[in-house]
Amino acid sequence: MRQEKNNIFADVDWLLIFIYIILIGFGWMNIYAASKTAEVNDVFNFTTKYGKQMIWIALCIPVIVTVLFFNSKFYEQFASILYFIAVLSLLLLFVFGKEINGAKSWFNFGVMGLQPSEFAKSCTALAVAKLMSDRLYNLDLIKNQIKAFIIIFLPAFLILLQPDAGSALIYFSFFFVLNREGLTIRYILLGIGLILGFLLTILYGKTITIISLLVVLTLFIGLMVYQQGSRFLRFQWYKVILSYILVAGYIFVVNFTYNSVFKQHHRDRFEVLLGLKVDTKNIGYNTYQSELTISSGGAWGKGFLKGDITQGNFVPEQHTDYIFSTVGEEWGFLGSTLVIVLFIALIYRIIALAETNPNKFGRIYGYGVASILFFHLFVNVGMVIGLLPTVGIPLPFISYGGSSLWGFTILLFIFIRLDAHKSYDW
Amino acid sequence: MQRSLLLYFFVGLTGVIFIGRLFQLQIIRGAQYDEMNNATVKTEFVYPERGYIYDRNGKLLVANQVSYDVMVQPNRVKTIDTLEFCKLLKIDKEEFLKRFRKAERYATYLPSVFLKQLAKEDFAYLQEKLHKYQGFFIQKRIIRNYPIKAAANVLGYIGEVNEEKARKSKYYQQGELEGKDGVERQYEQFLRGKKGKRYLRRNNLNRVTGSYKNGMYDTLPVNGKDLKLTLDIELQQYAQKLMKGKRGGIVALEPSSGEILALVTAPSYDPNMLVGRQRSRNSVILFKDSINKPTYDRGLSAVYPPGSPFKMMNALIGLQENAITEYSRFTCYGGYRYGNREHEFMRCHCDIYGRPISLKTAISRSCNSYFSNTYKRIVEKDNDPKEGLNNWNKHVTSFGLGNYLGYDLPSGQKGLIPDGNYYDRRYRYAWNASTNISNAIGQGEVLTTPIQLANFTAAIANRGYFYTPHIVKEIDNKKIDNPKYTVPKRTTIDSKHFEPVIEAMHEVFKTGTGKWSRIKGIEICGKTGTAENFTLVNGFKEQLDDHSILVAFAPKENPKIALAVFVENGGYGSTIAAPITSLVIEKYLNGEISARNKYREEQMLNLSLEEVYQKLLPKIEDLETREE
Repeated sequence: MRQEKNNIFADVDWLLIFIYIILIGFGWMNIYAASKTAEVNDVFNFTTKYGKQMIWIALCIPVIVTVLFFNSKFYEQFASILYFIAVLSLLLLFVFGKEINGAKSWFNFGVMGLQPSEFAKSCTALAVAKLMSDRLYNLDLIKNQIKAFIIIFLPAFLILLQPDAGSALIYFSFFFVLNREGLTIRYILLGIGLILGFLLTILYGKTITIISLLVVLTLFIGLMVYQQGSRFLRFQWYKVILSYILVAGYIFVVNFTYNSVFKQHHRDRFEVLLGLKVDTKNIGYNTYQSELTISSGGAWGKGFLKGDITQGNFVPEQHTDYIFSTVGEEWGFLGSTLVIVLFIALIYRIIALAETNPNKFGRIYGYGVASILFFHLFVNVGMVIGLLPTVGIPLPFISYGGSSLWGFTILLFIFIRLDAHKSYDW
Repeated sequence: MQRSLLLYFFVGLTGVIFIGRLFQLQIIRGAQYDEMNNATVKTEFVYPERGYIYDRNGKLLVANQVSYDVMVQPNRVKTIDTLEFCKLLKIDKEEFLKRFRKAERYATYLPSVFLKQLAKEDFAYLQEKLHKYQGFFIQKRIIRNYPIKAAANVLGYIGEVNEEKARKSKYYQQGELEGKDGVERQYEQFLRGKKGKRYLRRNNLNRVTGSYKNGMYDTLPVNGKDLKLTLDIELQQYAQKLMKGKRGGIVALEPSSGEILALVTAPSYDPNMLVGRQRSRNSVILFKDSINKPTYDRGLSAVYPPGSPFKMMNALIGLQENAITEYSRFTCYGGYRYGNREHEFMRCHCDIYGRPISLKTAISRSCNSYFSNTYKRIVEKDNDPKEGLNNWNKHVTSFGLGNYLGYDLPSGQKGLIPDGNYYDRRYRYAWNASTNISNAIGQGEVLTTPIQLANFTAAIANRGYFYTPHIVKEIDNKKIDNPKYTVPKRTTIDSKHFEPVIEAMHEVFKTGTGKWSRIKGIEICGKTGTAENFTLVNGFKEQLDDHSILVAFAPKENPKIALAVFVENGGYGSTIAAPITSLVIEKYLNGEISARNKYREEQMLNLSLEEVYQKLLPKIEDLETREE
């Protein structure tokens, strides 16, 4: 085994780092635009949001150096311990956590707070990679599938209890990782089917949904019978009956959950999104305002610091979850498309690098990183442009917040470290 | 299938969907985005100064004055030294608390008026001290000011635009002021000018953070235009003084132009009453007075039977239609019998019994018989009363009677000049001149307003034509050029027929019913009138005291003034309306009242009909309760 070079930046993927720097720099400009006021706008004022973000960006350098300093083997060997620490910190939140906006998601260290859930993502990705990179690991076995599910959903469950449903949702992104490693796509198709059933029930009510779904199912079975003859029914009859029961049962459960378990504000979010309710003042206000803000940017945008809706603080949480609306207003279609393209380039590059990684651990971890980033992009931007319901998760590298910035930096740079190592023999 | 493709696919698909959505939002919807009309831009209006109003001689009638209101925004008020503050505002603590609570009830986060219209000296002192009292500030307002306390009915007043109009109008916003009556209302478009607009940037707390794009889209206000009225304010004031204690109206016109020299309604009010602190209290007093109706312009809107002055109209029509000639004579036997039954007899007070009466004498002595005969001849000329009456109607309406005159003031009435159809409906085709013989002497169905009658007189003075009466002479120093007011309107009577009538009207003030009011050196032509008027009390027609009426113009040649005077329930035309007319004419033509006529002035100024009106009151009240 050859010695690694002493230079920690040797063989790192500069394209990833380049995109990372652009996103962070551009992100800071938008945070500045969204959080400066007419009275307080000097760049080096560290009591402001943009000032604090600048400190956290600066502190990313030691974080990156530290991440790159460790040998790539270190991450493989210590994955379990890092995962354990992450789970422990999530548990400790219930004891020492500080409650903000009704959720115990933060450790408070006086001058600053840390949000363990932002770091738990990287640790979970490491743990999943560690589990599945084992030579003897075979995902076809249900036992192994369950192991993976436990590793993934333990932190998700703890985060859900905080409660922070948005951050917990992100753990669904690991399905892509599992699928890549052999888990059948049916899980994803099933997931899509369940979501579809859910939406149909809300939109058209349970009776119509059940009848139409059963009609579709019957047609499908008819097709199978037509193709395979009557023996299809002879051998698969129990599956046919079961599928009828499951479909009907699921719709009933959804209907019950939606009307009796969900609170009114949950229902409102869905109804506003699905256009069942027009609302520009209360729950719909965020989405309405952010859509309006983005629209007002037009093709070329109003220019840096010239977005009057942003400058007037009309969009709530604009420096955090709704930062993309600032991009839309001040940089227009050009700027917002560029951000989307940069993210896609980043994710594609990670997938491509992961695919070429001879080491299974590195590949699986890389897949995890790509999936997590993709899910964040999907949920956050989808919400801001009014395609998805309001779910409060940050846009990676761009949204305001130290924990999320460091969390994503660590997530990405561990991958860069693993990737840089691939040219060496293992 | 290569497993890595799935994530590639989903990421790519998401990218396409997102960019498509952004295209929809920013390119398609963005094109419709109105940057001026959204929550981030606050539009503020900059108000122009309202135009001034002058009389025909350049005397200032309506000006603007600055008034200062103390405003309060309750949620910004910090604990203050109430005692000192009350001293500053010259109110007591109870008053302070009352007003403050009222403001709080309105809205704690919005400014509202705390104390209206400070005196100027209070303002100067308060301005220095006010910074100590957070939440209180001073707002400048511009209000109207009337240096001369007259002609309220002509000038009108300004007030807040009503809610519905503000909603429908493109120009007015809630709370803005507009002309509500008189010239202020009629010439609103000229007087108000044009508002300027200022666009300001504001934030989510509705706080203004600066100008919008450095005022690129701002517009400057355009000040209102000044008006010069045709009114002679001295004459107006004098006529108003003469009408004190009476009810009625005086309308004085310049025959050669149709300009309104004076337009008096009595009782009237001081225009300053509808400005300033006492405004709301005063408007209750003025608008709720259903007995005196001080805001009702009797000169324009009161319809009276014209009485004897209408005899000139029948004389003119008779001459035009060859029903009579200027030499025609009729004999009067103390009245005119229009039917065979006992009561079908119209009495006459000309006191010339059994001798043929000439046209001149008939007018100067106001003979009823003469004009009844004339009227019958006109109407039954071709043995077709309907056609005859329609023809008569055509002549009468050519003087502007029976319809809106078209003057430039916002109130008025049509009056009534009946035609054949009117009586066909009323009497089911069974009628003739005798049925409506009262029209001969202006007493029947005929109804006119004082300004119509003044215009009729001006048309006589002009020997056959008139200019539509109007109140505005110049707008922004430019003479009005609306052909409606600058092109004369011809009547259907040839001018040669006017001379005998004018001679007769001249005789009125020489030897006739107006002789006691003649003025040495001024040749007045006129006609007195005494209009009977009735009201229904408990279902019975009851006669009230007669209205005293007079129409006149002077001098006989090149007339300078034509006027109509109505004094409600004033009795004979010769006793009240005639002396008032002669005083107004003398004042206008000579500028002052000569010593020998001072007694007349004294008499008229001191004459009050209040007692008569008090007597009428129960009758009218009876009537009103009955109507309910």
